[in-house]
Formats: sequence, C-alpha cells, structure tokens
Amino acid sequence: MTTTTSTPRTSVCIALCGSGGAGVMTAGNLLLEAAAQAGWYGLMVRSSGPQIRGGEAAALMRIATHPIDCMDDRFDAIVAVDWQNIHRFADEVPLDRSSLIVGDPEQGAPPEVFVKSGARAVELPMKKIAKGIPGSWPNMIALGFASQLLGIPADKVKAVVARSLKKGAEQLPASVAAIEAGRAAAAGEGAAFTLAAPPAARAKRWLITGNQAAGFGAIRGGVRFVAAYPITPATELLEYMAPALPQVGGVLVQAEDELASVNMIVGASYGGVPALTATAGPGLALMTEALGLAVAAEVPIVVVDVMRGGPSTGIPAKSEQSDVSIALWGLHGDAPRLVIAPNSIADCLTATQWAVHLAEALQAPAIVLSDQFFGQARAVTDRPADSGLVGERLTAPAGSEGYKRYAVTDSGVSPMAIPGTPGLAYTADGLEHSERGIPSSGAADHRVQLAKRERKLVAHDYGAQWADVEGEGGIAVVTFGSCTGAAREAIARARADGVNARLVSMRLLAPARPKLLAAALDGVDRVLVVEQNHGGQFLRYLRAEFELPRTVRSFRHPGPLPIRPEEVHRQILALEEESPR
Amino acid sequence: MNDMAVALQPAAYKSDYKPIWCPGCGDYSVLSAFTKAFSMVGRKPEEIVVVSGIGCSSRLPAYLSSYGFHGVHGRALAAATGLKLARPDLTVVASGGDGDGYSIGGNHFLHACRRNVDLTYVVMDNHVYGMTKGQPSPTTEPDWQSKLSPTGTGLRVFHPLVVALAAGANFVARAFSGDPNGVADILAEAIRHPGFSFVEILSPCVTFRPEQRNWKQAVHPAPVGATDDPAKAARRILSDDGFNVGILYRGNRPVYRPPVGKAKKQPADLEKEFEV
Repeated sequence: MTTTTSTPRTSVCIALCGSGGAGVMTAGNLLLEAAAQAGWYGLMVRSSGPQIRGGEAAALMRIATHPIDCMDDRFDAIVAVDWQNIHRFADEVPLDRSSLIVGDPEQGAPPEVFVKSGARAVELPMKKIAKGIPGSWPNMIALGFASQLLGIPADKVKAVVARSLKKGAEQLPASVAAIEAGRAAAAGEGAAFTLAAPPAARAKRWLITGNQAAGFGAIRGGVRFVAAYPITPATELLEYMAPALPQVGGVLVQAEDELASVNMIVGASYGGVPALTATAGPGLALMTEALGLAVAAEVPIVVVDVMRGGPSTGIPAKSEQSDVSIALWGLHGDAPRLVIAPNSIADCLTATQWAVHLAEALQAPAIVLSDQFFGQARAVTDRPADSGLVGERLTAPAGSEGYKRYAVTDSGVSPMAIPGTPGLAYTADGLEHSERGIPSSGAADHRVQLAKRERKLVAHDYGAQWADVEGEGGIAVVTFGSCTGAAREAIARARADGVNARLVSMRLLAPARPKLLAAALDGVDRVLVVEQNHGGQFLRYLRAEFELPRTVRSFRHPGPLPIRPEEVHRQILALEEESPR
Repeated sequence: MNDMAVALQPAAYKSDYKPIWCPGCGDYSVLSAFTKAFSMVGRKPEEIVVVSGIGCSSRLPAYLSSYGFHGVHGRALAAATGLKLARPDLTVVASGGDGDGYSIGGNHFLHACRRNVDLTYVVMDNHVYGMTKGQPSPTTEPDWQSKLSPTGTGLRVFHPLVVALAAGANFVARAFSGDPNGVADILAEAIRHPGFSFVEILSPCVTFRPEQRNWKQAVHPAPVGATDDPAKAARRILSDDGFNVGILYRGNRPVYRPPVGKAKKQPADLEKEFEV
C-alpha cells in the first residue's frame, strides 16, 4: 500500500512512548478523546513492560475517518518522551521509510532498531520546552505535536485537557501553553499525516474498552450477580462492574479463588438471578469442573474469558486466541455448552448480552471468548444499539402438578423452579439424575438426559447473529474474534486489487452450525482460516465440525503480535493465484 | 418464625427419598435433626435451601423437602455464598463432610468464616472419606491405617472449631449425632444467629470407623455456656477432650452485606459514562 501522500489520510497510526510515569498513556487517552470529540474514530492499545509499575509504556493509537477494529500494518510516527527500554516495542511499532521518529535529543538518539527502518528522525526537545513553561510536562508537548501532526483541532485538544484537569484548573494554562508549543513544533511537518475530515453526519459515539463493553452488555442482558477474582487482562471488566452493578440493583462479591467465583455464580443463578464471572485462561482452566456442573444441573451462567498468551501463566498482558480448544472441548463428560466470540470492541457488548440471553434461555453455561486486545483497547465506536435481548428463563409456576425439574421436553428446556416457589422444591444435582432430579446411574436416564442437554442447544434457532458474513467471491476468509478487523481490512484491499473474497466471522462457535456455515460458503472453493495462535486450534475445530471446501489454507501466528491486515491481504492474493484443486 | 400458626411438624421437612447411607450411619440422626430444627425455626420448606458438595453426608439435601443444591466436591460454601448474596430472603444452610469441607474445600471454609455471610455450615465429621471407602481425612488420627495410608498419615489433625474462630466465624458449636434433639437445638440456634454459623457434628461412620460407636460414651455437655470472646473460646476448645458438646462461641461481628446502590437506575442510565 502507499504510505506517503499529500492527500488527506483516512487512517493514521501513531505510538506515544516513554518510561512509566512519563504520562504517555494520559497523553494517548487525551489524543483519542480529542479525536473523538472532533468526530473521528479511533483505537488505543496500551502496551507496557513486565514491571508492575514504572516500566516502559506505549500508547499505540490509530485514528481514522471510519470505524476500525484493528491496528494498521505500520506506524506513521513514534513519539518518545524518552527512549528508556522503548526498543522493546520494536515488534509492536513497525516503522518504514515514510514514518517519523520523534524524540527528545536530551534523552539520547533513537534506538537503532527504529532508525534502521529508514524512518526520518525529528528532534523535539520536550524536556527543555516543558522547563520553559513552569507547571507543564513533556507529555503535553508530545500531545500537542501529535495532535497537530494528525490535524486534530487545537480547541478540541484543549477542551479535553481542561476536562481532565477538573480538580487542578490552575494547571490548565501551563498545559495549554505546552500543547501549543508542541503544535508549533509540528507545524513544519506539513500535511503528510493529516487526517481527512471526519464524517459530517454522526450518530452518538462512545469511548469504551472491550472489558467495559462486555460488562455493560452483561448488565443490559440482565446479569445482576457477579463473583470476581482478579486476573489480567479481565480485571477491568470486574472493576467496571463493581460500582456499576449495585446501581441497577445487582451484587458483586470478590471470591477467594476462581473455584469459588464460578461456584458462587452457579449458586446465585440457581437462586434465579442471572450471574457472570470474568477470567482469563488460567482461571478458565480452574472453572471447568463447575462449568460441567452448570451443564449437568442445567444452571445458566456466563463466563467471559479475556484470552491472553498461554499455556500456564504465559504472557498475561498480551493477546492470543489460544483458549479456543479449552472453551470448546475443555470439560469432562459429554458437556454441551455455548461458546460465543465477539468480533469487535463494540461487539463485546452485543455478544455478551446475547450470551446472557442464550444461557438463560437454554439453561446452560456460556463462555464468551474475548481477548486482551479487545478487553484493554479503548475505542471510539458508534453507540452499540440495545438488542433488547435479556435473560428469559423458563420458570415453573407455583402449583405445577407432578413437577419434574429435568422433564424431557421437545425443546430440551425444562421449566426451572426458583427457590421460594411453593410445592416445587427439588435438589439440583451434578450427579446424573432422573427427570425428577433424583441421582440415577441407570443407562436410560443417562442417555435421555445427555440427549436432552444436547438437544436444547442444537435445536435452538440462533438467527443471523451466529456469524457476520460479508461480501462475495470464491475465496472466503473464515475467522473469529479479534482477527476479524484485520481480515475485513484485508478483504477491502484485495477488492481494490480486483480480487473478491468474502468474510465469515463466526460469533457462535458452540454449538457448531454446519448447515449455516455451508450456506455461508456456498460457491466458495477456497478458504483461508485466520487465527492468532500457534497450533491452529480454530482450524482443527473447523475440520472436526464442518464440511469445508477442498482447498483450505491456514494463516496463523501466536500472540503477542496481532494479525495485521497486510498479512491477510497477501494470503488472499496468494490464494487467488491457486486454482482450486 | 413470626407466624407460629403455620409452623410445620418436622415430618413435613422430610422428602420421600430413601437415603443411600449404611444402616447405623450417624447422618440419619443429623437428617432427623435438620427436620426438627427447620420446624423450630419455622420457615417453610420452599424458603430454605440446603447446599452441599460431595460425599456421604453431602447427599442430605435430597432427603429434605426444602430446595437443595448438590454441587461439586468441596465447593458447597461457595455456591451457598453466591445463593445467599443473590437471594438474601432465603435461609441457606451448607452441609457436608470433613473431607469435603476441610480438605478440598478448606480455602472456602476459611474465607466463608472471614466473610461472615448470614448462612449456616454444618459438617458431619466422621474422620474418614466414606464414599470412597475409607481414606484418611484432615480430622483422621495420625496413626489410623488404611489401604491409602498403610502406616497412618503421621499428620496432625485439623482443628476445625479453632480454625473457624481464628478465621472469624460468628457462631461455633459442636454436636453429636447420637443426640438428635440436642443437634436440632444447636442447629436452630445456628440458623437464627446472624452471620456465618459453624456447627461441627460428630457423626460416626459405622462402616469404616466402627470404633466411633464408642463416641456415645465419650461425649458430654460443655461445662460452661457459650462465650463471646473468641480467644477464650479457642483456649477452651484447644484444651477440651474433643467431645465437649454445645454452643461454644456466639459472636457479634457485623454480617457481610454487599454494597447496594443508593438509587435504583436502569441500564440505559449507565450509558452516560461512555458517551463522547
């Protein structure tokens, strides 16, 4: 793709870097908010070193004229307040000859790993300028420089800074002066990085992280009980819920471990209250036994897994789609469950709301496969509309004659008695049981109950939400989750090259819907499977559960590096060259 | 509790399912004591939930006419905590055995005591894993020999009552299944007492620990009444013979209450914080 142009840009990527405490995350958030105020879309990913506090930090930003769900292939600029350990971000901040390296000469020369890209170095004496403006900080100079570079109006930047300084209004003049100094320094860079005007007509926009979105989606769906055990990168979801949930009459409790958190939500949901917990791979591994209990006892629960690099403790603060197998197959026994994968930050809301709805309707556990990229990235999105889907559990009314909790029904869903209802008391059981819920090791009861629990998931009509299917052509990119944004951009680039490909981004991974995928792939003879893990877990799942065309290519690599649009674009073009076998 | 006119007889709290327990098992008497205690407390069967884990004694919920939850091994207290916090209107009792509660569920025991949610935890302690046919539990004597521990465990026994006190339980009692009326009185008190009430019931396993039949001769009432001083209670319990039966500690710690919102909002009211 072309990287230098004097015409306004539809998308610009910029990284703000520095040591911990240098305020680059603050500057990044302010830049994103200013861009949002001015009408652009954007995305900010926080990246930091392994230190708990004080390590190197980078705000990886992309601002665009249209909604975006991934980073671009390369960065237009890196602005570093200092270079302390910033070379560690080299993989995450790829530069090229048309990029800018903006550094403070007082902090030394830019690291060789950036310089060798051929990017042009620009000196910006942030520390010195800040010293000349008492009460100002170098990160505000960086913010001013970046905002001018991108063409974000000064008044929007000053307004968001003023709002952020609500409690320290006396600091505002210094910050404004620093921003102006930074903008003046960038004036000489011309319009090479200037964004095209944002869309004129705009609906309500939100600034939200995937973790917040999933939490709010759960609230919209009716979740009123959360048990929380902290784990990176899911903690922010729970921290969002802690003050939010009581406002809508809900309860959040911190559990002593993940075994407790998942059993607490099973207990709460047995009591009739839609319940959720959030975790990451290590926590999900601990929760698998109780997920099986939710299957057997038919208690709806929702577990949001914000995936990170694994196995074991792995790479806690970086993204990877490597919990596909444990989510799909990780329970003992024949244990049908729902697995739902949001495919954008906004969809973290919609998909989680849907997961609550489905879990409640089908009296089954639902695992929502989010990931660190979604969870911790902050995006400017259009307000996600309320689907109106809430948990609607089939309950048994008082006075039901001859009540059987696990009655075999056509749909597989049996009316659930909620404690407090007279005349229907029963014991929910993880032991295999008869229709009345009495423990049974009989072959007939086991067969009938297994079939019932499978049937209720398989027989359900999931509607069009099962996947996002876009475009036409003989090539299909089949993917899920956070690879979707890159796949969508890759397909658009291929279209510009004259190659048509369609996108199938699967939101419902379990139960598998072979007929729906077959229909989505009608006329497709080549499939590119895109996922971010080492072993091809999604590919193996597709091969196990679906009929695929003969030509299937896998494009994958593990985290922490994201799947980038250009990587997928090249794969599509290569597949176009191949005639179907 | 308020309307004695509707108080049900103990028999009304029994279900019609026959227990799987061995003849002579102490748990039969505990089951009978549960029905008596529920009758004394006066809540209707549908207002009570008994939550359990896995093991012989964890089968108890289905033998009652109240609601029941028979979950996974060791997690009864977690499920009971979630249920009680979500449904504070219900009377929630967790029950199980010594292996379930003190070994696999030990962490939840500590934190349930600390948290002090208003629920009652009943452990039927027979110093053995009965359902898996006779392995040592945390309360088994160090020299007790079994297939899994041919020379005994050599381990110090776990002291649940003192651990409960140290961790913050708000009511601590020891009972003996051989005296169902005594158990029922203690259970009723435990249920009525606010916060986390812990009742350890010596309940013999006549199959794998037949010598426990002698517990009948060994037990005796606690020589003094309950104290509200946990240090005093702990000292008494540590120096007794292990067969001191009665309410040993009644605390007055504040009951855990999760934060509640000031004004009830609708989900749409929460959108503002995301708006640009």
